[in-house]
Amino acid sequence: MEIEILLALNQEWLLCLSIFLLLILFLTIENINQTLIAHTIHALLLVQVLFIWAEPKQVTVFNGMYTTNGLIQFQKSLLSLGFLLISALSLNWLKNCKSIIEFYILLLSSLLGMYFMLSASHMLMFYLGLEMATIPLAAAANLDIEKRKSGEAAMKLIYSSAFSSAILLMGISLIYGACGSLHFAEISNNLVQNNLSIFGFIMLFSGFAFKISAVPFHLWTADVYEGAPLPITAFLSVVSKMAVSFVFIKILFQVFVSLEVIYTISLSVLSILTMVVGNLFAIRQENMKRFLAFSSITQVAYILIALMGLQGMAQGAIIYFLLIYLFSTVAAFGVIGIVSEAYNKENISDYKGFYAQNKFLSWTLAIALFSLAGVPPTAGFFGKFFLVMAGASKGYFILIIIAALNMIISFYYYLRIVRYMFMEEATESLQKISVQPVSKLALIICLLGMVCLGLYGPVYEYILTFSNTL
Amino acid sequence: MNLLLLLILPLISAVAVLVTTTHKQSRTIAAVGSALQLLLCFFLLNQFLDAEKIAGEKVFQFTQHLPWFPSLGIHFDLGVDGISLAMILLTAVVVFAGVLVSFTMEKLHKEFYFLLLLLSLGAYGFFISLDVFAMFFFLEVAVIPKFLLIGIWGSGPKQNSAMKLAIMLMGGSALILVGLLGLYFFSNETGDRTFNLEVLSQFPISYATQLVFFPFLFVGFGVFTALFPFHSWVPDGHSSAPTAASMFLAGISMKLGAYGCLRVATYLMPDAAVYYAPIIILLATIAIFYGAFATLTQTDLKYINAYSSISHCGFVILGIGMLNDIAIRGAIMQMVSHGLMTALFFAAIGMMYQRTHTRLVAQLGGLLKVMPFISAIFIVAGLCSLGLPGFSGFVSEMTIFVGAWSNPNVWYRVATILSCASIVITAVYILRAAGSSVMGPVVNKNYLHLEDATWNEKLAAMVLLAGIVLIGMAPFLLTDLLSPGTEVLLGKITNTL
Repeated sequence: MEIEILLALNQEWLLCLSIFLLLILFLTIENINQTLIAHTIHALLLVQVLFIWAEPKQVTVFNGMYTTNGLIQFQKSLLSLGFLLISALSLNWLKNCKSIIEFYILLLSSLLGMYFMLSASHMLMFYLGLEMATIPLAAAANLDIEKRKSGEAAMKLIYSSAFSSAILLMGISLIYGACGSLHFAEISNNLVQNNLSIFGFIMLFSGFAFKISAVPFHLWTADVYEGAPLPITAFLSVVSKMAVSFVFIKILFQVFVSLEVIYTISLSVLSILTMVVGNLFAIRQENMKRFLAFSSITQVAYILIALMGLQGMAQGAIIYFLLIYLFSTVAAFGVIGIVSEAYNKENISDYKGFYAQNKFLSWTLAIALFSLAGVPPTAGFFGKFFLVMAGASKGYFILIIIAALNMIISFYYYLRIVRYMFMEEATESLQKISVQPVSKLALIICLLGMVCLGLYGPVYEYILTFSNTL
Repeated sequence: MNLLLLLILPLISAVAVLVTTTHKQSRTIAAVGSALQLLLCFFLLNQFLDAEKIAGEKVFQFTQHLPWFPSLGIHFDLGVDGISLAMILLTAVVVFAGVLVSFTMEKLHKEFYFLLLLLSLGAYGFFISLDVFAMFFFLEVAVIPKFLLIGIWGSGPKQNSAMKLAIMLMGGSALILVGLLGLYFFSNETGDRTFNLEVLSQFPISYATQLVFFPFLFVGFGVFTALFPFHSWVPDGHSSAPTAASMFLAGISMKLGAYGCLRVATYLMPDAAVYYAPIIILLATIAIFYGAFATLTQTDLKYINAYSSISHCGFVILGIGMLNDIAIRGAIMQMVSHGLMTALFFAAIGMMYQRTHTRLVAQLGGLLKVMPFISAIFIVAGLCSLGLPGFSGFVSEMTIFVGAWSNPNVWYRVATILSCASIVITAVYILRAAGSSVMGPVVNKNYLHLEDATWNEKLAAMVLLAGIVLIGMAPFLLTDLLSPGTEVLLGKITNTL
């Protein structure tokens, strides 16, 4: 039994080990070499990413509360990949950061929480994982201690997540009342459509909507994204969002199959609201981080559309999309982080004439934005196309038309930034920014991901091989 | 021949441009690359004609089947027939000429040639694809280079024009997206789903599905070809673009849309095409007239050509809407002819603008004395535009009218007569523009020491002119190439009529 646990939880053990090591380092050594620590963690995360190629195994431990299989292993590796790229791109920020060890301890704990959340097959385990993923992030949002906005962001994050957790818990307990069990498999067996279960489901659903910041549960997003330090913002919008989306797929398709009518209605209402509101707010943003916050809200809407489709197609399309979203968003945040470290500027209008001095960074940001907008040849096009295609697989064409119209609006605000970078004259002379080699490597990996993932079909086919597992 | 060469060659030359250091190197590589494209296309034509002799019933030659996303039924299927081959040749000629006239590009030359070659890659990919998804992909690949080309190197209100063009074209793409998904999910509801054009054309698509999704596809592609009332990106986009981009936009990009209307919308949904034909013809007639009248009021040479492009592309739509063999053949001929003619026109305007720094008709005058070559090609392009016999414009418009007249329906006859009448207006604006900007005394003393075209500009103009005259004098060369393709396109329509 013990060995079995040891083997099943290998990814989690590795994280725990490194968190403990960091703690010991923190308590014992006074003058730490920040670059060395960062690179050690990168190596560790790289190992986690390499688990993509590990032999997939099907294990259930802790009385069926924890399961793992090939799909979950793959998803965990994707989360690590996201964190690895974010961390590599934030090297400039980390060097000036006084609390680099806290940064890694907090984010690694959050990642550990996500791992447990992904592997959960019991509502309690899921809830534990979710809380463990969120609370360290609220602390990390406050890492820019001298900035007031950072503290505000942390408070907003902790309040809103506490609120959403409360709703989620209420939903879970109602569902327990309706089904008499918290095991996913048993809930899905016992669940029938009645008022109690619908009420419970809606509560649970709202909790999820908070976490993936779907409108009207999005209000915390922009403020938190703006106030938190950039690496944390990137982590929130990439890793955290990916983890919750993965679990959302699992819970909808595995646990609440019998409530399909209800969840389809909820999803369609939420997705339309999210698209329209997210888009309209994104147009008006002047701060780059707030802009990306609303853009990421809009991206969620397309995921919600795909969730309405057939399971196999939807799951494949969403994981594929999130992989592309990871590269695009990390690249965008990476460039913005490098620029704001160098110029100390975060507004969209500060990017006027940016291309003249910083060609590589401009092209990277432009391609990332094109990928987010879903324009070929970037992979974002394929990601969006397959999401919409999955949504259409059950025939919700009205939604597809609304989504298509929203894509046009979103195209406008992504192009606006490209226009500033490439076509406007700079208002003041900008310096050429020197990029750290590791950050440059991370950006190149993102670029490769954004360009090649779509053109090279087998990646999608590989993801689709998991489509029958949940 | 492997059609992938048509994608690989532009890609290699585009990447090669990026590693150059001086302007001379980059333009040499771009020119050599586009010349090789042209040679490759002629070689392809040669091979195609050989293959066609032995092919028998098979219309698409050099077909290839490369898996892309096999589990979704998305494959990269390639193949050409006479129609796509004509379009590929047009692309090669216009891109070659476009590179040649941009030799004096000053800022960011590497990026300019890179984007221009990328644009040609998108066009080739679109024309050789036999998979609707791949066509859609390549159609959109071309949007970003257009946006950047206009916004960075353009003139006038370039940023707004670039935004307008990109957003309107994306709007068209969004409509196409909905249409494609409809085609995908409702063409073969029980069996395997596919985007393959030939397989889709075999499926019986229900009448209701056709009626719902045909407008999405036709209007979506129509936006690219300035279908009224979605034409408003054309004047701004064409006028603000740098010369080579204007040539590409008017010469090829607008043809992508018309080709899509024909190959995807009309071919796959013939019943709906018959149903909607009167509306299409109405919109085409409005576009023809509106474009012609709007041109009358323009004073900027580029705007004149841009608005006249709306009118000329109206003829293409009209020919497609008529849904008979002759008219559709005429429409495709008009696509080729307008592509060459308008590229020549924009090239001539670009050369004049580069020397005189104005495009306003009122400030030009007497250029024939100063730069006889440029003025001559300007006049020739104008004459072709107004449909003078001997040039390609006459042949293609004539073919459309003959085809259109063969339809006995009163409404179709009225539309035909009205469209014929618009040629008179064309003559008015062309002769007026040519007369006052080229003929007469030299209005500005500064113009007297301007130089005539350089060798590269002459070569570009001659290549385009050769195409125009060749089609004008020997139209059977083109019609023979097109007719097997158009017969297939119309095969299903004659069944339904």
